[in-house]
Amino acid sequence: MSESTHTTNPFSAVQTPAVGVKIQHLSKSFGTVEVLKDVSFEVQPGEIFVLMGPSGSGKSVLLKHIVGLELPTSGQVLVDGKDAAAEETREQVRMALVFQAGALFNSLSVYDNLALYPREHRVGKESEIREKVMRALQILSLDNAAAKFPSELSGGMRKRVAIARALVMEPQLMLYDEPTSELDPVMSATIAEIIATLKEEYHVTSIVVSHDRDLTLAIGERVGILMGGKLLFLGNGAELRAPKDPKIADFLSPKIDVKNPRFRQLET
Amino acid sequence: MKPFVRVLEGVGSTVQLMVRAAYFLPTLPRQFGRFIDQCYLIGYTTLPIVAILSFFIGSVLALQAGYAAQNLGPKQFIGLLVGLSMARELAPVMVAVLLAGRVGSAIAAELASMKVYQEIDALETMNIPPVRMLVMPRLVAVVVMMPVLTIIADLVGWFGGAIVAKYTDFIAIEPASYFATMRQYMDFGDVMNGLVKAEAFGFVVVLVCCNIGLNTRGGPREIGAAVTRAVVTSLIIILVLDYFVTKALS
Repeated sequence: MSESTHTTNPFSAVQTPAVGVKIQHLSKSFGTVEVLKDVSFEVQPGEIFVLMGPSGSGKSVLLKHIVGLELPTSGQVLVDGKDAAAEETREQVRMALVFQAGALFNSLSVYDNLALYPREHRVGKESEIREKVMRALQILSLDNAAAKFPSELSGGMRKRVAIARALVMEPQLMLYDEPTSELDPVMSATIAEIIATLKEEYHVTSIVVSHDRDLTLAIGERVGILMGGKLLFLGNGAELRAPKDPKIADFLSPKIDVKNPRFRQLET
Repeated sequence: MKPFVRVLEGVGSTVQLMVRAAYFLPTLPRQFGRFIDQCYLIGYTTLPIVAILSFFIGSVLALQAGYAAQNLGPKQFIGLLVGLSMARELAPVMVAVLLAGRVGSAIAAELASMKVYQEIDALETMNIPPVRMLVMPRLVAVVVMMPVLTIIADLVGWFGGAIVAKYTDFIAIEPASYFATMRQYMDFGDVMNGLVKAEAFGFVVVLVCCNIGLNTRGGPREIGAAVTRAVVTSLIIILVLDYFVTKALS
């Protein structure tokens, strides 16, 4: 995949410097439960970074720290060198988070879901907003879905609408929370292709939280694996294919053993 | 100790929400569509039930007053009794209770569901303050619509009382006489008294329901719990506030 330090706006073709993310000794506790334990890594401008890990390992919580929805117990998250927790950072850096379930506004049509951001931020006249929204729908092959409501969409379409809504924000940083969960293999591949295409064509820095091994190996330029709140692996696809840590090997290629099932060994 | 701390936390977060909503007040022209939607929801859709209840409350008041007046004295004061009771007490309290049950529950359910299904988080990541879009237009709409609903409740209640007073055998007073005592012994201050109460009740009900909705945590089950909490809290606040506002205004 081509490297670029500039993100191209999908609507105006204007280029802006791509942004990087730096996680420094991040720890997060909810009450007595420590969800993230001294996590540190860096995401380079313009790359696709995939964060993997079993359910409950703290991936989504980490993502929420990057967009400023959660505050660290200790440590720091820097987006483009600025503190992610600061409100000004959200004004200076355009970040878009694609939520696991889409988080589409159920009371609004697909069109209005996409138009909400430009309308609220007054980024143009209604005709310009319309053009932008229709272009975003076109990029995601959703031309005919504009008038539909989220409840009328399939799981795959909801994810695509969520990505289109993120795209309308002209993001410098795209974050995807489990973009392929609850999707069939073909739709999962489609979403992976969309993420790769957006990176390829617009050079948007992308952080993808997933436990989809196929997606990770197909599009991840670098990969981190979180387990029990700790970052146990940081490397590229080739290194991921031959993991040294048995825990990671088991996570990536779990063997089904009906005689000695895992659930009997799980803590309650 | 824990419930007391929770009440204090609730009061604190509600006051914070009010301050934040006030901060976004200058952006009302940008939220005009949402403000109109809320006026429609709070005003127009609540109107039929307000009218029906006011009519029968006025009617029952006249009937009970007539029953008492059989033994006690002059029946023409029934008009004054219905007029004052509706204007100063029953109309604002009844409208506020209806608002809590009909609109407050809907607000709490909508915002709680938006919170549980991460729509509020989505707004925050889009740098759209939820208070600006979801709370401020509702508060302005309730401030605009409460006096309208209360005046309608007053008028319909008075009218209901007048009909009962005329057509009930043991009362049988003419509307002219019924309204004459009302005009003679009531002034605009009595109506204003009720309107001030209605404003206070309506504002607090919507504020509390928004706050409970926005602070919902957990899964879909919590949406139902938030609605119950919002309605019960609103009803308690209406009655407690009623005492203090009445005392302050008397």
